[in-house]
Amino acid sequence: MTALKLDRAEVRRGARAVLAEAGFSVSAGEVVGVVGANGAGKTTLLRAALGLAHLESGTAELSGRDVRRLSDPERARLVGYLPQERHVGWNMSAWRVASLGAFRLPPAVARDRAMAALARVGLSGLEDRGVLEMSGGERARVLLARLLAAEAPLLVADEPVAGLDPDAQLLTLDLFREEADRGAAVVLTLHDLGLAARACDRLVVLAKGRVAADAPPAQALSPEILAEAFGLEGRLQTTSDGLVLTARRRRL
Amino acid sequence: MRPLVLNLLLVGLILALTVAGLLLGETALTHAQIRQALHDPASGAHEVLFAIRLPRTAAALVVGAALGLAGAVMQGLLRNPLADPGVLGVSGGAGLGAALAISLGLAATPGAVEGAALGAAVLVGAGLTWLAARFREPETLILFGVALSAFLGALTSLVFNFSPSPVTLAEVFAWLLGSVANRDWGDIGRELPALIVGAGLCAYASRGLVMLTLGEETAALSGLPMTRLRAAAVAGASLLTGASVAMAGIVGFVGLAAPHLVRAAAGGDPGRVLLPSALAGACLLCAADIAARVIPTDLELKLGVVTALFGAPLFALIAWRAARSWRG
Repeated sequence: MTALKLDRAEVRRGARAVLAEAGFSVSAGEVVGVVGANGAGKTTLLRAALGLAHLESGTAELSGRDVRRLSDPERARLVGYLPQERHVGWNMSAWRVASLGAFRLPPAVARDRAMAALARVGLSGLEDRGVLEMSGGERARVLLARLLAAEAPLLVADEPVAGLDPDAQLLTLDLFREEADRGAAVVLTLHDLGLAARACDRLVVLAKGRVAADAPPAQALSPEILAEAFGLEGRLQTTSDGLVLTARRRRL
Repeated sequence: MRPLVLNLLLVGLILALTVAGLLLGETALTHAQIRQALHDPASGAHEVLFAIRLPRTAAALVVGAALGLAGAVMQGLLRNPLADPGVLGVSGGAGLGAALAISLGLAATPGAVEGAALGAAVLVGAGLTWLAARFREPETLILFGVALSAFLGALTSLVFNFSPSPVTLAEVFAWLLGSVANRDWGDIGRELPALIVGAGLCAYASRGLVMLTLGEETAALSGLPMTRLRAAAVAGASLLTGASVAMAGIVGFVGLAAPHLVRAAAGGDPGRVLLPSALAGACLLCAADIAARVIPTDLELKLGVVTALFGAPLFALIAWRAARSWRG
């Protein structure tokens, strides 16, 4: 079942096309990574798919329905979104922030979901701490817990591991894999190509607003695509520990 | 602290301040006079207590609550601890309306100045509500608000400029400085519909304020009708502010400080801060009005002057403590 489908999408910022003819899809049980250099259009691709960015042309569908025709509650039932922005306006407790993922449920149920999600992200014992009293990494995990507490059929996360320590990065990617295993469709934007290659079933590579590749990691990160999309000279190698990327900057 | 305990404490404080508001004033009442006031409706003491001080105290409580609530809604909506009820220009609009009405010689017509103030606030509020529905970034609203405040301030200065006489000018100034002296039940009743609708809109918007804590995009995808909730927040806060200015002139700092006083105890949640903020606002303004009455001066202090004189250092103290806690 296709949870998200973006087709021939064009998004403009003024006269400049940020996305052109861009499309991809995600199915239930799948973890798809969106990678690309800074400014390639990764966040815009997610925002376009979710109906947050205006499409000049093309279509965006969630569970087979045009995202523009979905009501706010219908869209919220179909997708949970973790934006790159991690600013929290006020010093609310960790459990209260996490419970906002399930705010439509009775308060006691939402609280239980929030507590369970905080335990999954490794924040047991910090449920009552104010999020503005936490480190950036802890706050990022609280926001991840909010996403998990929603138990949405499609999870979209923009740079979910940025700024996290290596253990928290791996924990985060493991949790997204668990969500896919329970049947959710997962889309992540990532900067670490090695992590992306290991954590995702498929990679969508963006270069200057266009999809340069949409394939399993080994094909998506071919030497040609690495050169075109990232300006790197390198290749993805299969080792006993999984896929490893070796790369260096191209000599000009 | 549990929200219920906090609210009960504040209600207790309001009751205590109401009693103080009845007992304290320019005319000192003896125990015998107070007893007489309670038993003899024809006595002068009864007149002082129930026809002068009670409506005045009630007006201070109502205006304080409205400003506290409007301030909390504005801070939540704009995710900015510096926001206050007047930040988007509603107070400026109401002030302009009142200044125009006074300079046109309508001060003697009962309810005319108040009506002009509320009417102008509703007009400004309607424009802001339209903007809030179109633009979701708080920065955009703040920028429009700053521009609008400056423009309305310039128009008020223009009214001063063309003021027909120094007496009128003094009248406008006195009105703008804020006061609840000589307010009667009729004054409160006139603003009550706007206050009730405004408070209802703010209560409706509270769910959206909580979600806005996580940013515009998270809120937009939460399933809540954010455009409607944002518009309700602006419309509600505008009505509350407009009705407050209409009843008591421009009173600063209460709407800014009240949410800060209770925010930590309310758990930081911008939805749950609304009720305690309204209660705290009522306490602050009632206390300020009592101070205006009892501080011995030849001319009674204006409410806006008292709130600014005491509010500014208090607010600086809050900011100091907050900065220390942020630094750890």
